Amino acid sequence: MTGQFAVTAALAFGLALPAAAETVSTFKLENGLDVVVIEDHRAAVAVQMIWYRVGAADEPAGHSGIAHFLEHLMFKGTDTVGPNEFSAIVEAQGGDDNAFTSWDYTAYFQRVAADRLDLMMGLEADRMRNLALLQDDVDTERQVILEERGERTDSSPGALLSEQMRAAQYLNHPYAIPIIGWRHEMEGLSRQDALDFYARFYAPNNATLIIAGDVTPDAALALAEKHYGGIAPSPDLAPRERPQEPPQLAERRMTLTDERVSEPYVFRTYLAPERDPGNQAEAAALTVLAELLGGNGQTSVLPQALQFESQIAVYTAAFYDGTSIDDGTFGVYVVPAPGVCLETAEAEMDRVIAEFLVEGPDPAALDRIRTQIRANEIYARDDVESLAYDYGEGLSIGLTPADIEGWDAALSAVTEADIMAAAAKVFDRKNAVTGWLTRPDTATEVAE
Amino acid sequence: MIRRTALAALAALTLALALAAPARAELDIQEVTSPGGITAWLVEDHNIPFTALEIQFRGGTSLDPADKRGAVNLMTALIEEGAGDLDSLGFAEARDALAAGFSFSSGTDSVGVSARFLTENRDQAIDLLRSALVTPRFDDAALERVREQVLSNLRSDAKDPDAIAGQTFNALAFGDHPYGSSGDGTLETVAALTRDDILAAHQGALARDRIYVAVAGDITAAELGPLLDRLLGDLPATGTPLPTRAELLLTGGVTVVDFPTPQASVLFGHVGIAREDPDFFAAFILNEAMGGGRFTARLMSEIREKRGLTYGIGSYLYGLDQAELYLGQFSASSDKVAEAIAVLSAEWARLASDGLTAEELAATKTYLTGSYPLRFNGNGPIASILVGMQMEGLPIDYAVTRNARIEAVTLEDTARVAKRVFLPEALHFVVVGEPSGL
Repeated sequence: MTGQFAVTAALAFGLALPAAAETVSTFKLENGLDVVVIEDHRAAVAVQMIWYRVGAADEPAGHSGIAHFLEHLMFKGTDTVGPNEFSAIVEAQGGDDNAFTSWDYTAYFQRVAADRLDLMMGLEADRMRNLALLQDDVDTERQVILEERGERTDSSPGALLSEQMRAAQYLNHPYAIPIIGWRHEMEGLSRQDALDFYARFYAPNNATLIIAGDVTPDAALALAEKHYGGIAPSPDLAPRERPQEPPQLAERRMTLTDERVSEPYVFRTYLAPERDPGNQAEAAALTVLAELLGGNGQTSVLPQALQFESQIAVYTAAFYDGTSIDDGTFGVYVVPAPGVCLETAEAEMDRVIAEFLVEGPDPAALDRIRTQIRANEIYARDDVESLAYDYGEGLSIGLTPADIEGWDAALSAVTEADIMAAAAKVFDRKNAVTGWLTRPDTATEVAE
Repeated sequence: MIRRTALAALAALTLALALAAPARAELDIQEVTSPGGITAWLVEDHNIPFTALEIQFRGGTSLDPADKRGAVNLMTALIEEGAGDLDSLGFAEARDALAAGFSFSSGTDSVGVSARFLTENRDQAIDLLRSALVTPRFDDAALERVREQVLSNLRSDAKDPDAIAGQTFNALAFGDHPYGSSGDGTLETVAALTRDDILAAHQGALARDRIYVAVAGDITAAELGPLLDRLLGDLPATGTPLPTRAELLLTGGVTVVDFPTPQASVLFGHVGIAREDPDFFAAFILNEAMGGGRFTARLMSEIREKRGLTYGIGSYLYGLDQAELYLGQFSASSDKVAEAIAVLSAEWARLASDGLTAEELAATKTYLTGSYPLRFNGNGPIASILVGMQMEGLPIDYAVTRNARIEAVTLEDTARVAKRVFLPEALHFVVVGEPSGL
């Protein structure tokens, strides 16, 4: 062979260290802080994530959005670090930082060169207990979260429908409330609301620390002890027992009509069980069910029936996420082709689901999904941050490291019988919310 | 899940710690030329048994004739819809059975292919990808089905404030040049596309005279050479001539597009600077200090942090093959847009007249040089970065020299280039919504 090697450039960083990726170690400090170390020595990069076991579903009534508002305010300084200085220090190290809030957790992270971990962990430990907030910063940041709501939710008819459907899906559980908050309650969130929430929930025994990247477990544990080990635990953390759903006896339906809608669609969610510690088989079956029904735009059951065999729809999908503390949702979604009304689209969607419940999955399709599950274990090793996310999220909702390590095996073990049992249980219209997104000019055309 | 966007303050940068070079390891980029003459950049990493492959074909949707606008986009969407003796479903099943991942995308200046495949069935995955690139079927049923999806997207764009802002801005900036209209086409042009148009777009866009390849992962240079010929050697030698230089027609001002939304979408910009311009790195630093997406940039500080007028704002140097723009965007409630635009314009003028402070320059350099190595965090990102470097005409040692070029920029350079790059009188704002006071 000729001309294979023309130029070789050696860079001052990179990938060629012959170390195995992905070795996971777990520890617990005496003050209750869970520590997970995920090794990947291919590049001299590390990520610190701290996951607090508190989210929007833990908010006091009438204060929706406070978990997320506090997440923003966590960048506004401590007794020793000035407002917004946290991010400035991270950036001065060439690092990136950010944070995110869900119903079940609030997480903060920084990506830095691995030799900057000491500094990052000192900063993160400091703001676990020493937050200091100026009233002016709180007032300005409240405007920012209202703008965020405007951008993410109020500007999008689809996001508004999803918010309304979620509120109807949960009769009693706080998953009904949007993470960003209801606008009228966001407007009233105060500095003291944030500090009260912070004092109650931000503590080492309510958090998981993840260190991922070019670091050894011993070194990471020593740094964790140094920075976090001296922080006193919170003495009165209550168990996370949210109000649970009563039996749902009546299907719910709604139509949101908005002149900004271009493509009307029908969207259905069903209440669905979540992954539980030591018991994630049903969630695994629902995950495979969603993939079979609508996870693949070409081969899945819904697109094959409604986009290939017939041209009822231009787009279909099914999805499920069982990584939550309490019941989640299983969703199906059909965007009809021009000239097809939502009533027909919904009827066809239900016909396909009903036929699936009789006929079951194509064994070849199930085989392909199993192959992809195995392959994803290989591909996932290229992305240590994604693995860090899986551990942070899983541990934050009460799963054990064994559950998280065992998830791929749980998916691979799903049988056709498991899928049919899970499907028969989840597709219960009494547990369902059906939403139609329409334009004003089509509202009458599609009305039942 | 909600992510906080940027946050910022300039006050705290006295801390600016000296940034040592990250721990040393070696990233070897090899240039591999196949027996048939196709060149690729390769980073070998045998830790994980898979390979990431990135291909770019220069040209993209700008190759469309005016009356066939959307042809390259629709063609690209159809590549995975059947090839060789496999129809759409058969192709997808074969791909999934190999657990390979292929994605195809069209952009203003290129058609892109991203692939990842396991070492254990690499040859089969490459043969399947080859069939999609070289012998796509473009069956009538697939054409009609995907055409409907494109038309659906076009109808959605017509009611999407961000998309409306983009199309309005591009039309003002470039008029009849392909850059002046959406590469997705219009409802009329897409409805009229025939299978022959798609075949012509395929022959014109996917040719060997415009190809860039980067590979990272579990493959050796000796294995890659013949693989390149098998995958790409049967593509046409030459394709459609690239578009000509685009004249920038934009002038300063505000264009309001009335749209019923409580929060307006704003796109702003003026002329930019070419990648090969000697002042590019100074401009790059200036933009990072002004409109970088991170928390200490001036626009984030002044418009979000101090005044709460938006959730996020950023700007970027947008280098097209045939034009240069300096663009930015944000959203703001109807009653806040006018104030945000006033603050932004004042910041634009202030940077042009006063330049950066020495502390700001030092902090921006530290961020840019420190964060650069963090991008190379996996086979997929590495292949993507390397193909982008080739598209931009950068040398293979660029990743080694890039930080030195940033360090070489002086405060005097930024003061001089700020007057050249920040042109407050030339700024044009497209506002889609119902803004008050504009």
